[in-house]
Amino acid sequence: MRNIFLFIRRHLNFIFFLFLQGLSIYFIVHYSKYHQAAFGNISNRLTGKVNDQYSRINNYFHLKRVNDSLVKANERLYNKLRSDYQLPDTASRLVVDSIRVDSILQYKKFSYLSARVVSNSVSTQNNFIVITRDKPGELHNGMGVVDQGNAVIGIITDVSGNYAVVMSLLHKDSHLSGKLLKGGETGTLNWDGKEPNIITLSNIPKSARVAKGDTIITSGFSTTFPRGMMIGTVTEVLAEKSTSYFRIKFKTSADFNNLQHVYAIESTEQAPVNKILEQIKQQQH
Amino acid sequence: MSSLVKNIIRFVLLMLVQVYVLDKIHLHQMVTPYLYFLFILWLPFKMNRTVLMLLAALLGFTLDSFRHHPGFHTAACVLIAYVRPFLINLLIPQEGAEANYEEPSIRSLGGLLPYIIYSSILIMLHNAWLFFLEAWQFGDAWYFFSKTFLSTIISLMLVIITELIFPRKQRFRTNTAV
Repeated sequence: MRNIFLFIRRHLNFIFFLFLQGLSIYFIVHYSKYHQAAFGNISNRLTGKVNDQYSRINNYFHLKRVNDSLVKANERLYNKLRSDYQLPDTASRLVVDSIRVDSILQYKKFSYLSARVVSNSVSTQNNFIVITRDKPGELHNGMGVVDQGNAVIGIITDVSGNYAVVMSLLHKDSHLSGKLLKGGETGTLNWDGKEPNIITLSNIPKSARVAKGDTIITSGFSTTFPRGMMIGTVTEVLAEKSTSYFRIKFKTSADFNNLQHVYAIESTEQAPVNKILEQIKQQQH
Repeated sequence: MSSLVKNIIRFVLLMLVQVYVLDKIHLHQMVTPYLYFLFILWLPFKMNRTVLMLLAALLGFTLDSFRHHPGFHTAACVLIAYVRPFLINLLIPQEGAEANYEEPSIRSLGGLLPYIIYSSILIMLHNAWLFFLEAWQFGDAWYFFSKTFLSTIISLMLVIITELIFPRKQRFRTNTAV
C-alpha cells in the first residue's frame, strides 16, 4: 500500500498530465453532448460579448460591400414583384377573393430572420460562425442559415441568449444534402478540411450527367432549407474507381471569408415533421 | 511590475492578438500562424509543474472557447507545458541559471541558438499534437506533415520577431538576493 502511495506521489505530474490530456480528448470526442450542457452557455456569453465589440468595429470597413450586395438582393426581389408580370390579355379576368382569411400567411412555409455575424472562422478543420439577433429567443436549434445572396452557409447548432452558433458547411460533421439542378440527383456534402469554399458532393451515381459549371442546390428533403437555394457550382468531377459513384468538387456560392449579414430560416413545418419522426422512432423501439 | 500582473497582461494580450489578428490570416489556406503559446514559453522557471499545466490548460481552453470546439488547443498546450521543464533542464547552460534569471529568454538560455531550439521544439510539439488531433478525422498523412512543418516555421518566425520587438529586461539576480 505504501508503495502505491509512493508511486503516485513520485509520478504525480505525469498522472496529472495524463488526466488533463484525457479530459481534453474527452471534450473533443463527446463534443456535442458536453457542448450543449455547459460549454455553450458559459463560453458563448463570454466570447460572444468580446466578439460583438470586435465585429461592430469591423463592420464599418465592409459597409460598401454590404451596400452593393443589398442593392443586388433588392434588384432580384424587385424583379419578382407580382405587379411586374402581366397575364396575356386573353387569360386575364378580374376575380374577387371570397375567402376573408389571409391564405398566404397560413401557408407560408418559411420565414427569414436577419442576423449579424459576430465571429467567423475558415482556418480550422471544424469551423463555426456566431450570429446574433437583437431580439432574444427567435433563433433556435436546427434553423438553416443563408447569406444575402440566398447561398447556404450552415445550420444553427447551439443558442444562448442573443447568440447562436452556426455549424458552417466547412465542418467535418456538416452533412447536408445537395442536389444537381440539371439532373435532379441528390448527394451528400462533405468537407475535406483543406480549402475553404471547395466542398465535395458524394453519392451521385455515375449515370448522372455532370459537367463543370453545373449548379448544386438544396434538395428540400429536410425542413431546414427551402428547395432550390444555391449551394455552389461544380469545379471538378472525379469518378471513384471502386464504387459506382462520382465525387464532385464544387465551389460554394457563399463566400465564407466575407460574411457580415445573414438570414436564419424559420420553418413552420419543422415542429410537426419532427414530431412524426419522433413517433416513428418510438414505435420502432 | 510583479510577475503575476505581468503574466495576466500577457495572457490577455496574446489571446487578443491570436484571435483577432493571427486567426484572420490564412497563408495558402493551410498555415495558421500561432503565437499565443508564447505565454507558456515565457512563464517563470520557478513555477510548479502542476500549476504550469493548469495555466496551460486554461490558456488552451480560452482559445478553444473562441473557436467553439473544446479540447484541441487545451490538449496541445498541456503537452508543451509538461515537456517544458525537461527541455529547460537539457538546454540550461550552467548549474543555477534558473535561479539567476526569472524566465526563459535568449539571455537566460545562453544565446540565440538554444533559445531557438527551445521554442522550435515546443512549437513543433504543439502544432503536431494539435493537427494530429484535428486530422485524425480526415487522415491524410502528407497534408498533416506539411501543415505541421510550415506552421512551425511561421510560428517560430513570429516568436523571434516578438522577441526582437519587445526585449524583456532581465536582471541578473544573484543567489544571495533570494
